[in-house]
Parts: sequence; C-alpha cells; structure tokens
Amino acid sequence: MAGISKEEVLHVARLARLELTDEEVGRFQEQLSAIIEAISKVSELDLSDVEPTAHPLEIANTWAEDEPRPCLPLEDVFANAPDRADDYFKVPPA
Amino acid sequence: MIDTLRLTAEEAWKLVDTKEISGGELFAAYLAAIGERDPELHAYLHVCKDPGGDGIPIAMKDVIGTKGVRTTAGSKILESYVPVFDSTVAARCKKFGLRLLGKTNTDEFAMGSSTENSAYGPSHNPWDPTRVPGGSGGGSAAAVSGGLAPWALGSDTGGSIKQPAALCGHVGLRPTYGTVSRYGVVAFASSLDQVGPVAKNVRDCAFLYSIIAGRDENDSTTVEVPEVELPTAEDLKGLRIGVPKEMNEADGIEPGVTAAVRAAIELAESLGAEVGECSLPRSVEYGVACYYLVAPAEASSNLGRYDGVRYGRRSDGADFREMLMNTRHDGFGDEPKRRIMIGTYALSSGYYDAYYGKAQRVRTMIRNEHAEVFEKFDLIVSPTSPTVAFKLGEKAGNPLAMYLNDLLTIPSCMAGLPGMNIPVGLSEGLPVGLQLIGPQFSENTLFRAGHALERAIGFDVVPERLR
Amino acid sequence: MNWEPVIGLEIHVQLKTRTKMFCRCANGFGGGPNTQTCPVCLAFPGALPVANKRAVEECIKLGLALECEIADRAVFHRKNYFYPDLPKAYQISQYDEPLCAGGRLAVPTADGDVVIGITRAHLEEDAAKNVHIAASGRLHGATATLVDFNRGGTPLVEIVTEPDLHDADTAKRFLQLLRQTVIELDLSDAELEKGSMRFDVNVSVRPAGSDELRTRTELKNMNSFNFAAKGIEREIARQIRIYEEGGTVEQETLHFDPTQEDSPPMRSKEEAQDYRYFPDPDLVPVHPPAELVDRLRSEIGELPGARIKRIADTLSFYDADVLVTGGLDRLWSDVVAAGADAKEAANVLANQFVAAGISPDDVDAGELAKLVAARSEIPRAAFDEALAKVGDAGFTAAPYLEQKVVADTSELDPIIERIIEANPGQAEQFRSGKEGLLGFFVGQVMKETGGKADPRVVNERVRSKLS
Repeated sequence: MAGISKEEVLHVARLARLELTDEEVGRFQEQLSAIIEAISKVSELDLSDVEPTAHPLEIANTWAEDEPRPCLPLEDVFANAPDRADDYFKVPPA
Repeated sequence: MIDTLRLTAEEAWKLVDTKEISGGELFAAYLAAIGERDPELHAYLHVCKDPGGDGIPIAMKDVIGTKGVRTTAGSKILESYVPVFDSTVAARCKKFGLRLLGKTNTDEFAMGSSTENSAYGPSHNPWDPTRVPGGSGGGSAAAVSGGLAPWALGSDTGGSIKQPAALCGHVGLRPTYGTVSRYGVVAFASSLDQVGPVAKNVRDCAFLYSIIAGRDENDSTTVEVPEVELPTAEDLKGLRIGVPKEMNEADGIEPGVTAAVRAAIELAESLGAEVGECSLPRSVEYGVACYYLVAPAEASSNLGRYDGVRYGRRSDGADFREMLMNTRHDGFGDEPKRRIMIGTYALSSGYYDAYYGKAQRVRTMIRNEHAEVFEKFDLIVSPTSPTVAFKLGEKAGNPLAMYLNDLLTIPSCMAGLPGMNIPVGLSEGLPVGLQLIGPQFSENTLFRAGHALERAIGFDVVPERLR
Repeated sequence: MNWEPVIGLEIHVQLKTRTKMFCRCANGFGGGPNTQTCPVCLAFPGALPVANKRAVEECIKLGLALECEIADRAVFHRKNYFYPDLPKAYQISQYDEPLCAGGRLAVPTADGDVVIGITRAHLEEDAAKNVHIAASGRLHGATATLVDFNRGGTPLVEIVTEPDLHDADTAKRFLQLLRQTVIELDLSDAELEKGSMRFDVNVSVRPAGSDELRTRTELKNMNSFNFAAKGIEREIARQIRIYEEGGTVEQETLHFDPTQEDSPPMRSKEEAQDYRYFPDPDLVPVHPPAELVDRLRSEIGELPGARIKRIADTLSFYDADVLVTGGLDRLWSDVVAAGADAKEAANVLANQFVAAGISPDDVDAGELAKLVAARSEIPRAAFDEALAKVGDAGFTAAPYLEQKVVADTSELDPIIERIIEANPGQAEQFRSGKEGLLGFFVGQVMKETGGKADPRVVNERVRSKLS
C-alpha cells in the first residue's frame, strides 16, 4: 500500500476537479507518495473488533422544528457572485 | 499610555469599566501598535478602522466568518469574499460588546503549522521575527504575543491554537469538541475543527471561552456546556496529573523543551499535585497517520464548494468543467491541493476501508486509550510542540516534516478532548509550552491547573526584544 | 423462447414540509429565482445543515406504510460529485444505514395481489435547478447555464423497489398506488408534472422461468404513468429483439424528453461515478424513539391497497378499484351506511359522479343516499340535475324526489299508441326486424312526457304494442 502512481494522481485530481500541469503532477506524485506511505501505517493495526468513531460526542437526534425563517434578500444572495444574469447565477455551460 | 504588550483583557475591562480610558482610546492604542509592529509581524490580513462602539477589542482568525468584513481563510480563492452573515462565535462576541480589531493571518484553509502556507505571506514570531509563529493560527498568536490584540479567537483542528501558543508564549485553549459552534467558520475537517480562545493568561482564556461556548441551534454537533469557573486557586491540591511516557519521550523533542516541561511538572508536584506516569501505547505512534487520513478526507469534501459559482474567485473556462478545474487550480495553494488529493484518495472506491474506514477505528482506539488513562488521572501533561519556533523556510519544502510538528497535539484532538497550552519557560530564548489535556468537558479543571501553574511560574508573556 | 421482463423502480417524492431538509428556508416555490435561499442551501463558507424533524418523521411514516423495518440507527452520508446545481459539491443523502428498509407494497389485481418488495426508503435533499440557455445573436450557439437554488435542499424520500415487477401495466399500477398512498398520508402533492414525484425505471429481460439477472437499462425523465408504461414496453420489446438476434444489451441510460412521449430517448453510457460516500460529520445519527414510531404508525389509516381488497368483497374488483383510486370510497361507505344499496351507490359514484367533477368532501352522504335510493323513481333529467348540485352547500334531495317518474301504464299507453299511429313507417320497419327503431319510439315518448316517463316501462310497453 505504498506510494501513488502518476495515473492515480491524475485520477484523484480529476475526481476533485483540480487541473494540474505536468510539473505539478510529478511534484505532487513525489510528495503524495511519501505522505501515503506514512499514513499507511494504520494498516499495521488489526482493529476488526473496534467500532469506527461515528462522532466525537455520543449524541443523536439533533434536529429542528419545521418552522420557516426569513430567507436572504437577493442582494445578499449575489453579494459575492462572480457572474449573474437577472436573478440567476450564471456559469459556463454544464 | 496603554501598554498593549502587557495589558490583559481583564485589566482592559477594568480600565474601561471604571472609565479610566474609553473603548475608543483602547481601540486606537491597538491600531497604533498595529501600525508600528505589524509591518514586521504580518499578524493581520485585515484591520478594521472603526470599532463600531465601545468595548474590548478582539482579533479573529481569518477562517472565522465576520459579516461585512472580508474573510479569506488565508486563500486566494476567497480573496474578495465578504460574508453576508456572522459566524455564531463572531455574533456572540459582538453581542457581548467585544469589538473586532481585524482578521488574522492563517495557513490556507487552516492547513499548516507555521502560516507559511498562507497565500498572503507568513506571519512572524514576535520573539524572533526570523522564525515562524506556528500555525495554522500564527496570525492570532503573533497578534496576542506581539501586543497587537488583548486576545483573539483561533481555530484548532490538529493543534492550530495550541502549537502557535507554545511557539509564541501565551495561552491557547482547544475546547472539547462540540462546545463551541462552527457555524460560519470556514470548514476544514468537520469532526475536528473547534474555535477557541487565544489569550495572554488563563483567566482571560477562560472568560473568552465562556462568551463563545454553548449549544448553537445552527450547529447540530454542539451541546450545552458546564458553567465556566474563572480560576482563582493557586495550588494544585488533590489534582492527579498523568505524564504519558510516549508523549514526553517521543522522538524529535528538543532537550531544551524537555527540560522546561520537566521543571514545570516538578513545580506542579510542589503545588500539591499527585504526579504519576501513565501510558498511551499507540495514540502517539498512530495519531499523525490517523489525523492525516481523517482530516484531509473531510477537507476534500468541505472544499468542494469552492467552485467559482456563487462566491470566490473564478477562472475562465469554455464549459463548466473547465472553469471548475481552472478555478480550483488557480485559487488553491499547494497544501490544500495535497490534502484534497490525499483525502479524495482515502475516500475513493476500493480504498475507503483501508484508509478512511480504518482511520475511524484508530480514532476509537485513541479515544479508548485516553479514557483508560483518565480513570486514574484528572489531567495529562506533555510538551505542546516538540521544538521551539523554527526558522522560516526551514520545513516549508517538506510536507511530512511539517506534519510532525503536530505529533503531540494531534492524539487528543482525535478523541475530541480539550487541551490548553501554557508557556512554562524558555529554551534558547524562545518560549516552551506545556500542554494540559483533560477528559471531555473538563475545561474548568484545565483552567484551575493552568492558572495555578501560571501564577507559580510567573512567565513574562512579553517577548524579551519588545520589553 | 419466452421472455420475462424484470423491472425495478426508483422513486423520489418531495415532502411538503414547511421548510427545507437541512435549513429553515420555506419549502415549495412561489417566488422568483433564488428568493428562497440562505447561507446553508447556498453552501456559503461555514454554513452547516440542521435536519428537519418533520421530514424525518414523514420518512418514517412512509416507511411504515410500506411495511418497512425502521432502523435503530440511521446515518446521513455525503454523496460527493460536482455539478452547478449542487452547491456543496455533495448531496446529503443516506447510504448503508437508511431510515427504512425491507418493506413491501401489495398491488391488488383482479387475480390477487402482486407483492413488490421495497428495498429501502431514505431521506435526502433535492438538487437546485439548472437552466441551460443559448445566448442570442451568436453564430455558434454559445450557451450558458443559469442556476436557481430555490429547489435546492427540498426534502426528498427515495424509495427503491426490488426487481419484482414483470410487466409495464403492473409497474404503472404500482406507481399509481404509491402516489395515492403518499397523497393520502399528506406527505406530498406527488405531482408528476411539477416534479414533486419523479421516478426512474430499470429494465432488463430474461428467459421465462430463469432467475438470472441480465444487463439492465435505466429509463429517466418520463413524467406520466402512461408515458412510463409505453416507454417500458418499448424497451422490453427492444431488448427481446436484441437477444433474439443474438446480440447483447448494453448498460445504458435512456433520457426521455418529457414533452415528447413518442420520441426515441437519447442514450448515454454514464461513466461509473465514484461518490466517495462517508458519514456526514456535520450531522449526528438518528435513533428513532419507539414512542415516535408508534405514534406515527397509529396515524396511518387504512391504506388504499387494503381498501380496494376489502371493498372488492362487496363489489366487483373493478368497481372497488375505480372507487378507491378515484378517491370516492369513503363517500361510498358513508352513502351505504346511510341506507343506499351498495352496488347502486357504486354505480352512481363510479360512473356519473366523477364526470360531474364534484369533490367528495363537499357532499352530504345522507342526502346522496336518498338520491341513489330514488334513482329509478324519479325522471332521469331530475336525477342528473340533482347529482350536479349534490356538492352545493345545503343541498337536500327532497325537492328532486318530489318529481316522480310516470310508470302508470294507464297514463303511458295512450301516448304510446298515439306515437305508433303517427309513425306507421317506422312501426312497420320495426316489426320487420329493425330493432334499433325501438329507441326512436321510446325517445318520442320521453319527449312527449317531458322526460318524466319511466324509461323501463315505456320500453316494455312500446315493445308489446308494436308486436
């Protein structure tokens, strides 16, 4: 379980929608390999009888009553919008 | 003449309360100090000109959302982002009458241990500006130790409050997970992030905690907290303090750090504490690996929303996917990119069980080990950071080496436990911090122990070169 | 070779709670684009989800109605992918610990129940709405995508069936029954055109008698049940053709155009997505309390499927089906309880009532019962007129019951004889075999009597006088 190949770097970059230059792929491959090697240390442990931590605190059933609260005014909705068309957010075609 | 280097928040309060000075004068004094020393320290990314009212000033780490005030999370991708809503912690401070001095520097998206990952340049340690102040909350740390704010809010995921506090010589609390709201705080790792107080002394720290802590209906992971007791006792009678072998004798701890911490532990004993050895057999050994699986995994998902659609910087693209990939390439620095990729990898099909799934079990193991120790002890102690402040540039090229700065702060974070740093001495002229860790909801015990030790040690929080 | 279709359904039902699933924006759209949004459903930095208690209850209720096991512990998971209508770049959904699982829905048919297994029913949030537009005046049709986040965050219950359906018609009936169940439980408007109920269909075929599962295709975007039945049938035929020609069916998604039922769908091979599911650390698990589940169970009345079966003991299956699916069986029960004959009442309700467009809630069952009982005693015209008004406030049958049909042959015979005498040609044609002319004579008598004659008696008397 050690190291990561260039293809795998490109694969996770694609999954995460990160464009990478060739130089970056090479550089990250080296760094990520070292990191993955280090974090793979967890494979040394046999924890099959240990439950995964669901949550740092043992809490459940946190929810809210179905009561409406005021929505944002449009100028707040779009205050930081990079591009807008009327009252829509505008992006290049999906 | 207000000595912002020495003034505590409690003292500032008294001055304003008794009308010896006005809130406006107080604010102006900090602005003047910032004008004088921040060009060197670069603690602030944004300084507020107008306090907006009377009250004690406070600085906030730039991951904490502040309505109407730019919040960048130390990243270019949010370089002109101005929130339209306050985070709960900012709102609680405002409601209490605290006035925002400015937003402090941080490693990008709180990922780092030195602020060298900030897209806006690093901050500098007030004790020695050629050295790092720690991270990710190095800006708040430099501000408090550099006399540029009486106190500040920081955030801690794997040690981002405690470690800078150790390197800069002041008090920082990472609260029990779930006691302080994360609503409106730029998320890094949701099951680890906590906002906490950064202050000159334990009493200030406790007081600021009492202002921000408590259940928030906007954050499903918060709970009610026990009432905060401001510490007064100056002894440690009846307190059982454990010294985990693996934390105190780990590889990489500098001898000067060991010496200062050991002296503090002996002092604790003389103050009446029962000190004994204990063991966390695997928490230290596997803590860093566990953290660097869980945190990046959650971060990879939390950072998905930075897509250039609704806010933040957007790059060009012929179609949505191209725009998205360019935006994230151009807007994120290297460390977020690394962590996003590690996190995506750890969650990906075929790898989940071995990586993220496994890490969540390691987390349970760490929690169980700590719980066992806390059956016999009220607190455990160790150095906060293995080293004193290192030189800028020394570790920046080596991500793994940088991660090891958090070796001692990480394990208790994985267990959701509170931890506080207090400065206990110097090594080579630089501050050494002691970490006190307790079980969940034991903040009052931390405050009591920290305060008594602090009083006994009498550490001067003002950097020598600035006295 | 005989082939058996294998059909599974995935249905999404929008709940009509007052607020969205994870924020308290009003649910249900009316305002302009992006007027029903907040930091949470816009995924602003630092925003956090808080689960809608009512939505959790309604999902459990639906699960109970589908005879599911309600989980002891249910968890919300993040489903990670990028698209403009997904602001967090993940959808909060449920993965391997859904709220409800292992149920069934029995579809009554004339030949007995067809029992369809329900694999699971879980809660998730709806995506926002993308509008793809073309910019005007450009040679190459440059386009953009516009996003409206009003719909984003609407609570959805996703229901997945076992592949237990084997023909298009039963699939249609299943969908109709599910829709009616959901509406009667007041969980959703379930309007296909509005998108508050949506469904995808998985279709494959196999040699009759085998239990293998061959490659299936997914049919999407059919927005009516008839459309779905047609689409399914065509796809079944297509797959059978392929196999009979020795080919293989490819795994594809068929995207129908909801406005063009008869157009062949676009086909795509969707690359297998890696959603990197992990439990959402911003939300805590749901442990449905037993009292809550019991209370919800007690709120579920007799469901439509059960009512069809029960009523089919008294009436024909067809009549029972028409009454229940038409929402008329409650009124029918009341009318029968008020004294009307079961079959007569069914007849009137099933045939004439619906055409009159009256809402059953507006009707006084007692008065309608009186009307039904007098159906053969009052003129048809009077009956129809009364029926048209039966939904009016304060309606009473009495005035209409006063008009009696004339059945007295001593009154009718002279009229009949007169008309026969006046139409010797038609009388002759009838006698020589033209049966259809009976209607002519009866019609003339009805006209002559202003519709008040009893048509059965007229019929009988005309026939006897003409022979």
